[in-house]
Amino acid sequence: MKRTGIYFWTGAALFLGGALLMTQLIGNQYPFFAGYVILQFIVLAVSWSILGGYAGYVNFGTAAFFGMGVYTAVFLFKATGAPLPVQIAAAAAVGALMGFALGLLTLRMQGIFFSIATIAATIIIETAITNWRYVGGAAGIQLQRPAVTAPFDNYVEMLFFVQALLVVLAVAVSRYIQRSWMGRGLQALKDDELAAECTGVPTLRLKLMACVISGALMCAAGAPSAMYLQYADPSSAFNLNYSVSTLAMSLIGGTAHWAGPVIGAIVLGTTQQLLTVTISSEVNVLVLGVMLVLFVVAAPEGIIGLVRRFRRKRNEGEG
Amino acid sequence: MFSFELLLDAVVIGVLLGCFYAAVSLGLSISFGLLDVPHVAHPAFLVLASYAVYFLNEHYGVDPLLAGLLITPLFFLFGLLAYRLYYETFEKRGSDAGVRGIAFFFGIAFIIEVLIILQFGVDQRSVTADYVGKAWRLGDMRIPFRLVVAFVVAVALTVLLTLYLSRTFMGRAIRAVAQDQEALRLMGANPIRIKQWAFGIATAVLGIAGALLIIVAPVEPTLDRAYIGRTFCVVVMAGLGSMSGTLVAAIILGVAETIVLTLFGASWAPAISFAMLLGVLAVRPQGLFGRRS
Repeated sequence: MKRTGIYFWTGAALFLGGALLMTQLIGNQYPFFAGYVILQFIVLAVSWSILGGYAGYVNFGTAAFFGMGVYTAVFLFKATGAPLPVQIAAAAAVGALMGFALGLLTLRMQGIFFSIATIAATIIIETAITNWRYVGGAAGIQLQRPAVTAPFDNYVEMLFFVQALLVVLAVAVSRYIQRSWMGRGLQALKDDELAAECTGVPTLRLKLMACVISGALMCAAGAPSAMYLQYADPSSAFNLNYSVSTLAMSLIGGTAHWAGPVIGAIVLGTTQQLLTVTISSEVNVLVLGVMLVLFVVAAPEGIIGLVRRFRRKRNEGEG
Repeated sequence: MFSFELLLDAVVIGVLLGCFYAAVSLGLSISFGLLDVPHVAHPAFLVLASYAVYFLNEHYGVDPLLAGLLITPLFFLFGLLAYRLYYETFEKRGSDAGVRGIAFFFGIAFIIEVLIILQFGVDQRSVTADYVGKAWRLGDMRIPFRLVVAFVVAVALTVLLTLYLSRTFMGRAIRAVAQDQEALRLMGANPIRIKQWAFGIATAVLGIAGALLIIVAPVEPTLDRAYIGRTFCVVVMAGLGSMSGTLVAAIILGVAETIVLTLFGASWAPAISFAMLLGVLAVRPQGLFGRRS
């Protein structure tokens, strides 16, 4: 247990170091533009899985959290010119509040009703933002990036590194939850909520915690997006594609282990980036849909499940 | 700005619009309401039907309603197939169908959306017919003919389906399978065959509903997203599986939408159905006229 901890943190440090080194050595901007999106999806998928994977509540409101992250940043930047870390922290706070509200919803709804309620909440929030003139309304809003801070010489490179930090944070949190009493409790309530409640698992507290943490991280992942695009509009910030992509990445990777969403986001995110560049963004959505259906039908446990099955078979063969 | 006539106008249009919403929700009322299939791809099937109608109308000059009728058998087969696939991959295996079932239908919905975009592009499409674009004057009130057509067809469709479910052998079997699948199995019937048939009917109705959708307003590939809110709002508010309840709930939604539209403007309209849906789910999950399960 201790040894895996050392491996994990070494890996995280190497990852961050690599990301930082990349920003210093590579002059071409494209890797950062594409890499940023993939990192953003890793954060979204990992934090989605805290509720969707461990607890089994399928949240289709990823777009709502992401969009609120974007618009928290937009609002703060326009109103006070707040720096990036403040924008992200504020977004996380907003996300935590939204997560708390979402957690209260789980009291009354389960299964598909919960999922539909999260879609409903997304559209309602989107409509409210669309009607809010101060942050641009339906037409959207242009943003001017402030000067970049050292050691970065380009804003996108800095955002890339910031998103890499968020990845490490999200993965560390998710890993901690999975291995602690929380993970076991969530697993119990996923299998049978009533039975878990009866045996003394504090289901409500666990669900609220999972929702708050998941919401805060998803919102935080959205915040840098405003500066990344230098533009924000409601219909793309709250696009249902974020919800479905995140769900697809988590399910394709496998939700039983924290590494699943990471793998899923890397595989699907990279494929999408390549397809967008080489063919078109429509085909990219098509591939997303087809892969989601294929995995859900043929490999319900995702890539993690496939690997596990393969290992088990090999072990049996040896034994 | 606000006047009694304006309100009356909104209510009349709202009732007509509501009947149209009932027509597009009837299929979901069967598939989700009676069969418990998390069919989030229902609105995508609906938009697909609209594009099929558009294709027949544009290239062969077929009347949209007739075109809707023509594609009905095709959609019936499509529904049989879709349910088979869903059953074999999820219901048969049993556990945890919920999460992956929803993901499955969302995937299907996305695939349909993109295929439509690749085939027809992202532009809005509409049909041509004698009754599209004309209006009926009633004093100061102006009632679009296309809404009247949708209203008549929608009411006929609701009555037909209600009769089908209550009077025919197969219809009663469908309601029986919704109540107790095991009991049906013990009596020697095959519940899966009945459910498959029911899903076929639910999808076949979309042929006509799709024709109405494109008659009432131009369609675009991503229109299904707005109709997730409307159809699920209607079905959940109706209480799962009640046909007459579907009509009443749809009228409530239609009137609410037009009133908000008149009072606050079009930019708030998309949120109405979703807000009502959320409200119903939070306050009265069994619906207004629903059975308690």
